[in-house]
Amino acid sequence: MIKKYRYLILRRITQISIMVLYIGANVWGWKILMGNLSSSNLLGSVPLSDPYAVLQMFVAGAVISTDLIVGALIVIAFYAIFGGRAFCSWVCPVNIVTDTANYLRRKLRINQVAKKVPLSRNTRYWVIGISLIISAMMGVAAFEIISPVAMTHRGLIFGMGFGWAAILSIFFFDLFVVKNGWCGHVCPIGGTYSLIGKFSLFRVKHDSEACTNCRKCIEVCPENQVLFMINKESLPVTSAECTNCARCIEVCNDDALFFHIRNYVQKNETKQGEINETSN
Amino acid sequence: MKEESQDRRKFILSMARGVGIAAFGGMIWSAYVDEATANRLVLRPPGALKEDEFLKTCIKCGMCAEACPFDTLIISKPGDNVAVGTPYFVPRDIPCYMCTDIPCVPVCPSGALDEKSVTTNGELDINIADMGLAIVDTKNCIAFWGIQCDACYRACPLLDKAIYLEYDKNDRTGKHAFLKPIVNPDYCTGCGLCEHACVTKKPAIMVRPRELVMGEVGTHYVKGWDKKDETRLEDAKEIHTVTERSKRDALDNLNDMGGLLDD
Repeated sequence: MIKKYRYLILRRITQISIMVLYIGANVWGWKILMGNLSSSNLLGSVPLSDPYAVLQMFVAGAVISTDLIVGALIVIAFYAIFGGRAFCSWVCPVNIVTDTANYLRRKLRINQVAKKVPLSRNTRYWVIGISLIISAMMGVAAFEIISPVAMTHRGLIFGMGFGWAAILSIFFFDLFVVKNGWCGHVCPIGGTYSLIGKFSLFRVKHDSEACTNCRKCIEVCPENQVLFMINKESLPVTSAECTNCARCIEVCNDDALFFHIRNYVQKNETKQGEINETSN
Repeated sequence: MKEESQDRRKFILSMARGVGIAAFGGMIWSAYVDEATANRLVLRPPGALKEDEFLKTCIKCGMCAEACPFDTLIISKPGDNVAVGTPYFVPRDIPCYMCTDIPCVPVCPSGALDEKSVTTNGELDINIADMGLAIVDTKNCIAFWGIQCDACYRACPLLDKAIYLEYDKNDRTGKHAFLKPIVNPDYCTGCGLCEHACVTKKPAIMVRPRELVMGEVGTHYVKGWDKKDETRLEDAKEIHTVTERSKRDALDNLNDMGGLLDD
């Protein structure tokens, strides 16, 4: 039973403990992880910064301090080399909200009724573009002013205010308007990590020999366009829109999905995968 | 061939739709950003850059508020009418107690709180901070009524410098003195301890951002009694403006009845 949820439990543990460390820093003065997901300080010495926030600030015309540059580079390096888009499913607290909405969606069988998705998966890249234009025009990091993600983690640490309205609107948007609407279509932070994690090493891999085409993975995947190869070809998931949440691995009864480390020395499989992806 | 051109039309149309939606959304978004950053009445932590630069540079991590031992600094929540996520303080609730080690400033990763602006001779110096400036509502300050109250004066960490008392004769009683609190903008840091201490229902001494409450003389007035100010005149050149009217003598202008009388 627990095997079916092992990654989900691990993800909730990391998400919640990261937030607990932040809250502890504010409330009880812990020195382990200070700040919030926009910018933080690990163990009083390692700076960490949200690369998308730093980019907006740079475009807005701010002088970017060394701490922010180093912090953003550390975060970029981590996700570019290892994690891919793991931020979204392993760190971001909004993931809990949207996962809940998606779970309810399945339980209420909304997916059977609302099949057509009225929004493009590329909306997030448009949002990145617009945010940068507005940041440059208004001289202030534009998404940071409206970010419901920042309102959520900041709210949990420093007090919510009307931030609960932002969380609720994401919840209902995902539940009734668009399946995986926020995380899978709109959020530019996820978009940024998709771009950063393009070539990262940790990947889910599919074995089509073992697959019985039950489609459970597709149903549960928040970015199911990345699973185009299911029951067709044995390929790794190379699209960086995969958040490495590993739900597909858990729900698979045939062991047809598993984590694997991308092998850049043996180029064949990844190249083939990329060609297939672009032709899809 | 035909299908290809159909595809191209579809692609162009979908891009145009994207641009249309983006323009519409962008307009609402930028209008909101404009409004959300419009509040100029907020008081920022010590060392904060000028408001425009501060809004650009603050990454909204909240570490300054975490470092503040008095819980003075608040991280703006949605609904506070302060650019969301930025630090500010309300001195009537909790003023800045002007810690000598200024814990809120060095923790700032972005430089929105500028360590240099609160440093003299390589050491942190809270006394040169500029969070705002205290102003006195002389109409509602009871000291200006003649009632003895020096609450703000005694609360001031830079007593006798940032706030001093001006003694004046109370003509109403004929035998008492006014002890009027006067703020010296050269020393006031805007910590707000005076506003916090003020005894009136709504404070009669209050801190506001400096740019909002200070005027500016401009360069055309010179303090003739100030040797240093007087030096500005050394390189001054005479500027003589000639207009249509100034060509004539002033008296001629006065005597000219042209246009005033009927023929």
